[in-house]
Amino acid sequence: MVLDDEDFAEGTQKLTCPGEPITSSHAFMRGHGTYVDNEEVIASVAGTIERVNKLISVRAIRARYSPEVGDLVVGRITEVQPRRWKVDANSRQDAVLMLSSVNLPGGVQRRKLESDELQMRTFFEEGDLLVAEVQAFFADGVMSLHTRSLRYGKLRNGQLITVPPALIRRLKSHFITLPCGVDLILGLNGYIWVSKHLKQNEQEGEDAFDAEAVYSNRNDDIDDATRAAISRVSNIIRILGAHFVPLTDTLLLDAYEWAVEQEGGVKDLLNSDIGDALVSAVAARS
Amino acid sequence: MSSRIEILNDGGYRSDGRRQYELRSIDIDMSPQGTADGCAVVSHGLTQVQVCVFGPREARKRAETLHDRAVLNVEVGVLPFSAGERRRRGRADRRILELAASIKSTFEPVIQTSLYPRSQIDIFVSVLAQDGGLLQACINATSVALASAGIALGDLVCAVSGGVHGTFPLLDLSALEEGDLPNVTVAITPRSGKVTLVTLETRLHVDRFGEVFARACEAGRVIHTEMRRAVRARTSKLVDAMGAGTKGTGEEDVERDVLMSEINDF
Repeated sequence: MVLDDEDFAEGTQKLTCPGEPITSSHAFMRGHGTYVDNEEVIASVAGTIERVNKLISVRAIRARYSPEVGDLVVGRITEVQPRRWKVDANSRQDAVLMLSSVNLPGGVQRRKLESDELQMRTFFEEGDLLVAEVQAFFADGVMSLHTRSLRYGKLRNGQLITVPPALIRRLKSHFITLPCGVDLILGLNGYIWVSKHLKQNEQEGEDAFDAEAVYSNRNDDIDDATRAAISRVSNIIRILGAHFVPLTDTLLLDAYEWAVEQEGGVKDLLNSDIGDALVSAVAARS
Repeated sequence: MSSRIEILNDGGYRSDGRRQYELRSIDIDMSPQGTADGCAVVSHGLTQVQVCVFGPREARKRAETLHDRAVLNVEVGVLPFSAGERRRRGRADRRILELAASIKSTFEPVIQTSLYPRSQIDIFVSVLAQDGGLLQACINATSVALASAGIALGDLVCAVSGGVHGTFPLLDLSALEEGDLPNVTVAITPRSGKVTLVTLETRLHVDRFGEVFARACEAGRVIHTEMRRAVRARTSKLVDAMGAGTKGTGEEDVERDVLMSEINDF
């Protein structure tokens, strides 16, 4: 392995940058983020070296989202096409949401007809935000999404924050409710939806499934306290994203408590010195 | 102008106090800007260039996509206040188009575009200040910005300009020298030692070319160490920041690290 002495002193993980030889290709196989030239495995991205048995790969520290089946993503409709929507999901190509993989309003189960095709824009229009799950991949690597669950679908009553996808780890649940009356959806693609808390009975339950609400474009009434809480949480996420701190529910809770303790205004959080203080306070607590 | 200013004086110093082969100070800033996937601001002395990279992402024009690799799109903007004389250049200026074309052709063989089929990589170059060596600064900045965007590169591309005064080769020309001397810009990929770009805009005697070229290749390696240091510093800063938030997983990392050190035996 060709690495300098300084790398050993540096600490926990081995770093590399494009064009750096890692090891011989006789003893190891090349994985993502590497290529083979002259019987050497060479890094092609800047990041940390990972090894699983004989497979050497380099995980890029900053890269676009690479989807996996079952991931929860938040996306934005960019285009309406025959029987499908194109969704921007921070990936290398736009994702596809087929008409057959969305729920009809009212929860009726049936084949999608031509009449549904004609009123696709009543479900999702260009610019609409939605939460969905990665269902499968097409042959060319485009991901296909589905929203066939009552938790998925169009998003409203909140705002979108974007962070680098590496900061969102796979969690038990990506739907987080903070005690301050704010719901969070942590999309694995780095898109985070911060919204007003919906009560459990409004959110689910087959009988209470409101045909109008699912694809509604209108926000509910949001009182000033909730608006302030949403903005505060959003600002906290922006700060943590800018400082490259991975997001978890406990971390966000700690950060929110800290921000409330400081008794500053919501926008004061965006001052760089308060942001730095927040990050160091949160790091100290965890 | 050349009659009054000595390009290289008897003591072997250039007009800005540098030696023949001395490079200007290089500064690389990789802090994120806006929504770009990767950015870099690189300065060589008083020449400063900012590059923002977006992508790989869905191509804006579907007709232009290629089914087996990514499309590169390079746009160069020269800010009106960047040169001594205030001047507005349109996007369609021939010099600027040529600059964009040389950046594109330099990086097309280096970026592993086949990993990103049907997508597009946008490279936006803004020239903030010019004092000679514009192409070299653009190429170095693009190289670092692509690395910070996590796009797979064969190697970091390093560019440097060189010129000849009399029989003496000079490196990293300033605007003053560039105006008076025949000059060449060379871009190399240091690991493989391949040359991805050589451009001459003026005439240069063929007997002098060899030496300038060899010196420029050496200088490219010097710039490479600087670029590598900047990329590494940025990477380690981000890795540390990620580690700080998740102390719970620290033990795992240590264990993995012990395994990693075994690789060194080979």
